[in-house]
Amino acid sequence: MQKDGRISLDELRAAITDKTILITIMTANNEIGVLQPVAEIGAIAKEKGILFHTDAVQAAGKVPFNVNEVKADLVSMSAHKMYGPKGVGALYVRRRNPRVLLAEQINGGGHERGMRSGTLNVPGIVGFGKAAELARTGMADESQRLRGLRDRLNEKLHKNLDEIYVNGSMEHRLPHSLNISFAYVEGESLLMGINDVAVSSGSACTSASLEPSYVLKALGAGDDLAHSSIRFGLGRWTTDEEVDYVVEKLTTVVRRLREMSPLYEMVKEGVDLTKMQWVAH
Amino acid sequence: MAYSDKVIDHYENPRNVGSLPKDDANVGTGLVGAPECGDVMKLQVKVNPETGVIDDAKFKTFGCGSAIASSSLATEWLKGKTVEQALAIKNTDIVAELSLPPVKIHCSVLAEDAIKAAIADYKKKQSETKGEGAVAGEHAQPNA
Repeated sequence: MQKDGRISLDELRAAITDKTILITIMTANNEIGVLQPVAEIGAIAKEKGILFHTDAVQAAGKVPFNVNEVKADLVSMSAHKMYGPKGVGALYVRRRNPRVLLAEQINGGGHERGMRSGTLNVPGIVGFGKAAELARTGMADESQRLRGLRDRLNEKLHKNLDEIYVNGSMEHRLPHSLNISFAYVEGESLLMGINDVAVSSGSACTSASLEPSYVLKALGAGDDLAHSSIRFGLGRWTTDEEVDYVVEKLTTVVRRLREMSPLYEMVKEGVDLTKMQWVAH
Repeated sequence: MAYSDKVIDHYENPRNVGSLPKDDANVGTGLVGAPECGDVMKLQVKVNPETGVIDDAKFKTFGCGSAIASSSLATEWLKGKTVEQALAIKNTDIVAELSLPPVKIHCSVLAEDAIKAAIADYKKKQSETKGEGAVAGEHAQPNA
């Protein structure tokens, strides 16, 4: 994993052995929105004669995606991530060059070519199809609009606040996605201050696990920054006014929590936090 | 995560945020927790050396709402108590007062640790000014 959240193709090549039968990776990461070089990965898989699966749940319907360009053999997608109904997804399975044979996951009446038996969820499937159609016809305009809103959010936050860091590549990123660490402020307390905004934190306390985001840790973010992150997802109905509201609110809350943060105070006094002997608990 | 009204109140109106002069012989400072764990509390007490009563208490906390509330509540409780009474504050008292759920109990433990560390620091300073042996504090210190 590189610092920008993309995997290293050299490391991927080095990890492949003669026993490798499958490469699988997310097209876009759900926490940081970073797009992986899936076309290059697909080419490597093809060259080595290995099957390639990608989880395109976050990316499908948001950015152009073509199974042949990516040379994917298997692709997972989900309707609810593109404004379709919940409870329906799709698995693309390549039928030739090569033919992918899957062991049945649910056996019985042999529906869906024997791969997944059971009565089909017709309303879900139709809804998914319509959602995909709408996502595709509107994609060019919508992704441009979302990128504009996302960049507005990012630029205004950077203008108002020092020591905030975007997690993952800005260049290779879903247009509607942004993940920022606000140094010296803990993520859950930040969420409490903006409780009328629907965002999520990669911090420990939002889940029962009490572990910070492993995704952010994999990027090499210090644990403290992994505890200070917020994931923003913009959508079809997000407006300029809403972005500006979030910027104002976050700016106020981050400043207030930093005034309350012993870490911020120590840094301002010139203490190097990495040189402290902390007592883990 | 549902917060109790008391946690929300302390988060929105934290009591006694700030810092006391840490070089003052009558001020004890406790710094507990670690950034990688997502909680760091700094709690300070200013003790009247004649009476042993805590005249003032301040805190700064990096942590979730429950951590902020636990330390804010601790400073409220510390004021007016003697050092010995302060040492009797238990994390379970904080859990009960703030209705903390099980996943947040560590916040109250940290607050209790911060109180003990602040008082240990105060006692250490007092014994040093009196030329007695030092009492080790458990709080974090910059590496030499």
